[in-house]
Amino acid sequence: MGHWLAPSVMRLVLPLLYAVVIVAVLPLLAGYIVLLERKVMADMQARLGPMRVGPHGLLQPIADALKLVLKEDIIPDKADRLLFWLAPLVSVSMALLAYAALPIGPAFLIADLNIGLLFILAVSSLGIYGIVLGGWASNSHYSLLGALRSAAQLVSYETAAGLGLISALLMAGSLSMKDIVMAQYDQGMWFIFYVPIGFFIYMVGSIAETNRAPFDLPEAESELVAGYMTEYSGFRWSLYFLAEYANMIIVAGIATTLFLGGWLRPFASYHDHMPGTSIELLDALPSLLLLGVALYCFFLAPKQPVKIQKLVMAVVGGLCLAIAGVLAGALFASPAVLQGVHGAFWFMAKVFAYLYFFLWFRFTFPRYRFDQLMRLGWRFLIPLALVNLIATASALLMTREWGPSLRLTTILATIVTLVIAMWLAKNDEVDSAVPVADGE
Amino acid sequence: MVPVDHYLWLSLALFTIGVIGVLTRRNVIIILMSIELILNAVNINLVAFSHMFGNVDGQVFAIFIITDAAAEAAVGLGIILAFFRNRETLLADEMDMLKW
Amino acid sequence: MGLNSILFYFFAGLAVASAILMVTRRNIVHGAVYLITTLLATAGVFLLLQAEFLFVTQVILYVGGIMVLFVFVIMLVNLDVSLLQYQFNRQRFVAGVLALALGAQVFLAIKTGQNSLFPQARIPEVLPKNTEAVADALFGRFMLPFEIASILLLVAMIGAVVMAKRKV
Repeated sequence: MGHWLAPSVMRLVLPLLYAVVIVAVLPLLAGYIVLLERKVMADMQARLGPMRVGPHGLLQPIADALKLVLKEDIIPDKADRLLFWLAPLVSVSMALLAYAALPIGPAFLIADLNIGLLFILAVSSLGIYGIVLGGWASNSHYSLLGALRSAAQLVSYETAAGLGLISALLMAGSLSMKDIVMAQYDQGMWFIFYVPIGFFIYMVGSIAETNRAPFDLPEAESELVAGYMTEYSGFRWSLYFLAEYANMIIVAGIATTLFLGGWLRPFASYHDHMPGTSIELLDALPSLLLLGVALYCFFLAPKQPVKIQKLVMAVVGGLCLAIAGVLAGALFASPAVLQGVHGAFWFMAKVFAYLYFFLWFRFTFPRYRFDQLMRLGWRFLIPLALVNLIATASALLMTREWGPSLRLTTILATIVTLVIAMWLAKNDEVDSAVPVADGE
Repeated sequence: MVPVDHYLWLSLALFTIGVIGVLTRRNVIIILMSIELILNAVNINLVAFSHMFGNVDGQVFAIFIITDAAAEAAVGLGIILAFFRNRETLLADEMDMLKW
Repeated sequence: MGLNSILFYFFAGLAVASAILMVTRRNIVHGAVYLITTLLATAGVFLLLQAEFLFVTQVILYVGGIMVLFVFVIMLVNLDVSLLQYQFNRQRFVAGVLALALGAQVFLAIKTGQNSLFPQARIPEVLPKNTEAVADALFGRFMLPFEIASILLLVAMIGAVVMAKRKV
């Protein structure tokens, strides 16, 4: 240990390193999420999906990226050049900036801000300018309409999603992302079990915020070609694309941190050591499970009909084995390493589970009409979020004043909120039978 | 350490620019945006003094000013939209329907 | 000159420069973009003054809320003809001179009163945690103004809906 590893230096170097890692890995990750999306879509539609580039299409993202970079970069003649150039940059840089406060492990975070959550929300609310200005600068009707829709949608659903988050914040009592996770450790419960409705509201809101189906009206291809991205091509288009996927990971990260316990493993407050060692049983579980999966893959590999499939199966098994090895190796290292490695593993696992729900929704629900979208946001989600907020606050107050367990009072609050939600939905049905004529 | 009066100069500069914008531009939306600029200049003062005296009262006032700006923008833009729908113009000196 | 000062002068320069551009641009959308830049630079100044909560409020509310509304309305009403019209009104010279005179007056007032206006300029070493302190003040001593502000917002909301409706 030389003097350059002194804590004061490390305090500057480590965040920088994390930032470089995140910025470098993110485009690749986004590319592979796209591949995952196409594969999941293919699976749900009983197809194979991309199979040509590399084994099982594994090199498809790289081919796509190459294609996008080499494509001609067209700027429309009548476009506003400055803003046309600026808009994708705003989009992508704001999406990346939000990662500064996202904790991937107890030590793997760039900055532990005491306004962490608000910082992420603020920065991601700036991303809207990339969309709006890009749509306007293209000087095209499709783009402008897409941008206007997007602005209206983002502003509406940001409110609902924010109110959903506040119910979890009440439980945590802090805005620092790290403290929020630690609060879940201290209370021995992920906040999704205290405020399930808050989680639901945030989930719907976050799908709308990232312009994903069924709320992808700003880029509804059957109506608006490609919405605000219509006039973009090549590298600029891929910047928008990267921003969209970076935003998806961000909202998944927020949901993971606030509702799903961040980097904590399930039953994080429950410590049960294996006899004779300092290894916890629950820490060893993921590596054992992965080992099982790997063995199953190796068992299946020789039975595949085609040679390439045998190879892929073996590679998947090897990958599982490698991850299991890393996780198991961390068990014997110092507690800090253990927490870091397992924290990153659980965090990523939860983020991908959340993203899988996004994909699932996309291929399950038909697209909403714009007035339906607005009605859902303003007349169902926002009132529900307010009711949920009041009920959660009352539950906390009841626990603090009279002392029944928080579990009991939050269940009570959830039931009350659900009843009101049903009433809201019933009222909405009556109103939405006939599409409302817009006062023309 | 930045002396407190430098915050005042910054605030004054923004305030003056805002006043010039309000008084000389014809476009109503630019006038509204200049008013936002003026409010923002006041916020800088409040926060600078709040920091200087070490209590947060100035920041609370700044939050109220932002609230006020939001209300003003909502109503102002509503009026502009309504006016634009009737007269197809955004110029302040053509808004003379009440003049005889 | 420490990092704080350098950042302050950077943000201040950025704010003033884009404010000037905002007032002089012909294109309203460009004006809005420059105003956003000014507001973000001001938010940076707030951050340097250790007003973190206000920084976030400024970014979320001002830039992410109010300015989005502005841009939205600009796109709804944007007219290509308005780019061809005179951008400054007839009283522009008188008004400009008067505004500059006002600025000079305030400048002189601050300059002469510099020593008596804020004699005990002292910055406490340890500031309280900003978010908590703001919340305490907002929900404690400033409870009544807070409620009044919320009523103001309600009134503004109703007013905006009534204004923007095509038929009342």
